[in-house]
Amino acid sequence: MTEHYTEPTGADVSLPGTAARLHQGHTEGTGHIEGTGGIPARFADPGLDPHVHRLADHQEKAARRAERQVAALFGISMVATIIFLVAYFAIDLHTYRFVPGIGQANLSNVVLGVSLGLSLLCIGLGAVHWAKTLMPDTEVTEDRHPQRSSEEARADAVDTILAGGDASQLARRPLIKYTLGGALGLFALPLVVQLAGSLGPLPKAELSTTFWRKGMRLMRDPQLTPIKATDVTIGSVFHVMPEGIDKTAHLLEEKGKAAVLLMRLDPDEILIAKERDWGHDGIVAYSKICTHVGCPVGLYEQQTHHLLCPCHQSTFDVTQDCKVIFGPAHRPLPQLKITVDAEGYLVADSAFREAVGPSFWERG
Amino acid sequence: MSNAAIPKGAAGLRAGDVKPQPAKGGPMAKAGGLASWVDDRTGAAKPVSYLLKKVFPDHWSFMLGEIAMFSLIIVLITGTFLTFWFVPSAGQVIYNGSYVPLKGIAMSEAFRSTVDISFDVRGGLIVRQIHHWSALMFTVSITVHMFRVFFTGAFRKPREINWVIGTILSLLAINEGFTGYSLPDDLLSGTGLRAAEGFMQSVPVLGSYLAYFLFGGAFPGEAIIPRLFTVHVLLLPAIIIGLFTAHIVLVAVHKHTQYPGPGRTNDNVVGYPMMPVYMAKAGGFLFIVFGITTLISALVTINPIWMYGPYDPSPVTAGSQPDWYMGFADGALRLFPGFFEFNVFGFTLSLNVFIPSLVVMPLLYGIAGAYPFIESWVTGDKREHHLLDRPRNAPTRTGLGVMALSFYFILFFAAGNDLIAIKLGLSINDITRALQVMLIVVPPLAYWVTKRICLSLQRRDRDLVLHGHETGRLVRTAEGKFFEVHEPLSEHERWALVQHEALKPLERSAAVDANGVRRRGALGERIRAKVSGFYFADGVHPVTPAELAAAHHDGPAHEAIAAKQEWVGQLHGGADERPETDAYASHEPEPEHEVDPDSTTAR
Amino acid sequence: MRSLASRRRHPAAILILLLLGLVATGGLYSLLAPKPAQASVATADDMTAGRKLFLANCATCHGLHAEGSKAAPSLVGVGAAAVDFQVGTGRMPLAGPAIQASPSGTVKYTDEQIASLAAYVASLSPGPAVPDGQYTKGDGDIARGNELFKVNCAMCHNFVGSGGALTRGKHAPSLRNVSGKHMYEAMVTGPQSMPVFNDTNLSPTDKNDVISYLHEIDKNQNPGGMTLGNLGPVSEGMFVWVFGLGLMVAAAVWLGSKAA
Repeated sequence: MTEHYTEPTGADVSLPGTAARLHQGHTEGTGHIEGTGGIPARFADPGLDPHVHRLADHQEKAARRAERQVAALFGISMVATIIFLVAYFAIDLHTYRFVPGIGQANLSNVVLGVSLGLSLLCIGLGAVHWAKTLMPDTEVTEDRHPQRSSEEARADAVDTILAGGDASQLARRPLIKYTLGGALGLFALPLVVQLAGSLGPLPKAELSTTFWRKGMRLMRDPQLTPIKATDVTIGSVFHVMPEGIDKTAHLLEEKGKAAVLLMRLDPDEILIAKERDWGHDGIVAYSKICTHVGCPVGLYEQQTHHLLCPCHQSTFDVTQDCKVIFGPAHRPLPQLKITVDAEGYLVADSAFREAVGPSFWERG
Repeated sequence: MSNAAIPKGAAGLRAGDVKPQPAKGGPMAKAGGLASWVDDRTGAAKPVSYLLKKVFPDHWSFMLGEIAMFSLIIVLITGTFLTFWFVPSAGQVIYNGSYVPLKGIAMSEAFRSTVDISFDVRGGLIVRQIHHWSALMFTVSITVHMFRVFFTGAFRKPREINWVIGTILSLLAINEGFTGYSLPDDLLSGTGLRAAEGFMQSVPVLGSYLAYFLFGGAFPGEAIIPRLFTVHVLLLPAIIIGLFTAHIVLVAVHKHTQYPGPGRTNDNVVGYPMMPVYMAKAGGFLFIVFGITTLISALVTINPIWMYGPYDPSPVTAGSQPDWYMGFADGALRLFPGFFEFNVFGFTLSLNVFIPSLVVMPLLYGIAGAYPFIESWVTGDKREHHLLDRPRNAPTRTGLGVMALSFYFILFFAAGNDLIAIKLGLSINDITRALQVMLIVVPPLAYWVTKRICLSLQRRDRDLVLHGHETGRLVRTAEGKFFEVHEPLSEHERWALVQHEALKPLERSAAVDANGVRRRGALGERIRAKVSGFYFADGVHPVTPAELAAAHHDGPAHEAIAAKQEWVGQLHGGADERPETDAYASHEPEPEHEVDPDSTTAR
Repeated sequence: MRSLASRRRHPAAILILLLLGLVATGGLYSLLAPKPAQASVATADDMTAGRKLFLANCATCHGLHAEGSKAAPSLVGVGAAAVDFQVGTGRMPLAGPAIQASPSGTVKYTDEQIASLAAYVASLSPGPAVPDGQYTKGDGDIARGNELFKVNCAMCHNFVGSGGALTRGKHAPSLRNVSGKHMYEAMVTGPQSMPVFNDTNLSPTDKNDVISYLHEIDKNQNPGGMTLGNLGPVSEGMFVWVFGLGLMVAAAVWLGSKAA
């Protein structure tokens, strides 16, 4: 959109249809339209607005009413404080009463909270109302001064620093200068090294291994009972932990890598041969730890055979070896190779063949 | 002793005595005594008197920073209370308190102690809720305070340092919140910690080491809860209090900015003094903030950790989100495509996790922190600014701010995409795709729309000054023309609309000097001039007295009605204000308008 | 008169003893054996009435012999439990095309009609039966039910069963104020997207525990105050931005305005 520009003529602005288009206010040059004939370049500050009096300023009745209002607010605060103190001791901690909007509310919490809130709020309301009605509301002006120090102060500071620097002989003593730099540059290192070095152990291969070993039974989570292949019907999902995990000293740490999801599909629906081979008759086991940032991927949609992670909505297709079909994850969920033992219970046929969970640099 | 003759009698013996001062009255005298004791030892009278006379301008938007300050005080107090009952340990225990659905369940000490605070400590739940609600209030008020400071240009010289301190405080505040809500070790915050471990792992080269160092071993480990406790209770609060003190000291040193208005200049502060008005108002506002927060905490549940249950890596809840202030980072994780994970010489580079989780936050806050310096480079303006800008008078800055906000809020809403899906009955996949597209398309659109709105508002202000308020009274002249009488603005009303300065784009000097040699820094200057042009080329200038006079003169046919001055005001409408092509337009020939071929076009 | 003992070598004695033994064993067994989680068996009358209802209301989508069609899945083998659940919660008959069947406010049939429909569908092929009242009462171990719920159910239905999103517009519904019987049936039949939690996955006692936990939540004990839907930090954030900030700003505006 092009706007027309005109040179400010500085001409007598009383001519009709003068050069500048007043309604757009676009100009070059001075940036303003300035006329001749004694009209100032910019408007002048008209000074503070005339003061408007409040009722309480000149009516004693209004002032006393304001005083009573402030006093009433402070009074409510005091009453509320007393209610708090009484309720603290009097109301049993485990009493529930129906309160509309809340349901069965904890009476102690509601009464203590509301009374404390009112006791605080009314002090504030009273103080502000007092300021608004009774304290002076004539505007006051305070002058500003430039932030920068005066030239003398600046010169004085510079002189002090330079003189002191000369007096320290630092400039004349390069040996001191370099060794000082060295010492100051190095002294913080021990602090950093102690902290960083002792914060935690090296990961070594831990991120790539889990609790699962060949022959471990698959156990229901959290009941920790073994699962027979016949227990798993088409459309089922079982949350699984390895046998013996409850005996380990690091239960949560191992659970965080060993969580597995067991599902049964019609073998004809499984499109990847390796997935069928690693499963047992349509029963497949996959790591439950999302390959995005590690949330448990629990949502199994029975009809679409999709696994959804609730954190960032990564979606894995169980018929395609848990390939990512939507969302920010990149890698498919690792599969656990399973088989059945002599008694018909599902067991792991090998440990996980790759690292489970979120990616890391040395994952490969 | 007077020289007068001593009168006879006992009473006369005391005639020359100096009478003792009457007692001033109990509390004031005592206070005076205490004050003088302190002053004897500190010389505090002068600074106290200086501080009590300080003037603060009165506008509600200046209270937003105060809400933050008071919320900080509230979290400090309630947080200290909570540390008396909270046990920052990941050691496992069996719950045996009064909450039935958790009886006999194994959980960490941290979780158990939080459930006990909520159910078995008198007043424990209300203190816990006040703490968390005021933490949310803290972050919300910091954010809106930041918006206010940005859109009014309060970050300009001399307040750049304070803006940078404020940006850092904002970043610290949201991390303080994150460490705080992770302390109870419940299912929801534990899931968040699990994600945090995933972020650490995604760091190139150092990822697994960072994760193991932070957690003291494998996730979750027993170290993270006590370490988060130290960070949340000791480290971050100390830094926050230190920076916040510097922040308000600078406000006192610089004095508060003020909105433009009659009597307000760049060299004064107009408002009310600290004593007694602001002591009452600000002190009262502290109690109001505390009171409102407490009432909300009494009636609305926050973070019901007993319902989430203790953290275990196996379960997870639908609708897993962090607290609101981390929403933009969570949304970034949901929207960033998974395509960006690469295998580089046998190593895995997870940019799909690294960028949204660890790059977006410092980048956004870094740009925010650097903005005052960018703008001062663009304007070349080295003066101190104590009068605020009305946002419409800085259209490019306001547009850029809205652009940044739209980017931030799209990320923020993306974090709630599953809840949007179930509440509005939409597909979560469609919502995610739509937000991904909107993230790219909406910010530039928001910039453009905001800038045009600002420019229009500025033109409307000009219109108002030139033509005044419409009164709705019509006047008919003898010739049969109709005019509406306009009420001109009073001096006081007009001032706020005309006092601002429309900055002009920087001019660039020639790329080559007098000898034809390319000047050093010429490229930098050219870029600077171009950016400056982007900012200011289509500025709308405030009305000058000359323009106003011209407007009055241009009013039609005032001679014809001079005899009948029955109305007050400016005549408007009629032939002379119609477009030139109109049949009723004035027939006086208009001088040729020269169009400057080098004129910059409006953007 | 001859005593009982003098007849002990009567030929009928052995028969009577056997009979007594059978009655005793059978009686003791029926008293002490665990009951199958199954309600009463349907009668032939039920099945005829059920077939009539089915042909009138369900066959258009589900096929004349419940074999399914493009519009609806086959009902062969779904069992009485599925019918009791779907029809009893008002999900079926589905009024029109929808992403998924949702519980409607109105249940179209009386309990007898539902029972006869269920009996008919169950007669087509064996499937899960309507659960025994013993396991749907909700008198089990609440804490254990909580644990089971968090691992198996919370990822779809939310930590207290307030509902959650699935892909492509589907959702896991809220579990508020659902009867124990319907919850059991849903678990055991796996309606639509929900996976099947058969009795070998979660035993009847486990299911009763889960029901107990959900009914405990239904008691609506909210010590902290209004729950804002129990949806987590998103609703809390919205509340603080709208009401928290709103009240604070209102107070600030009042503070700065001139008194009368």
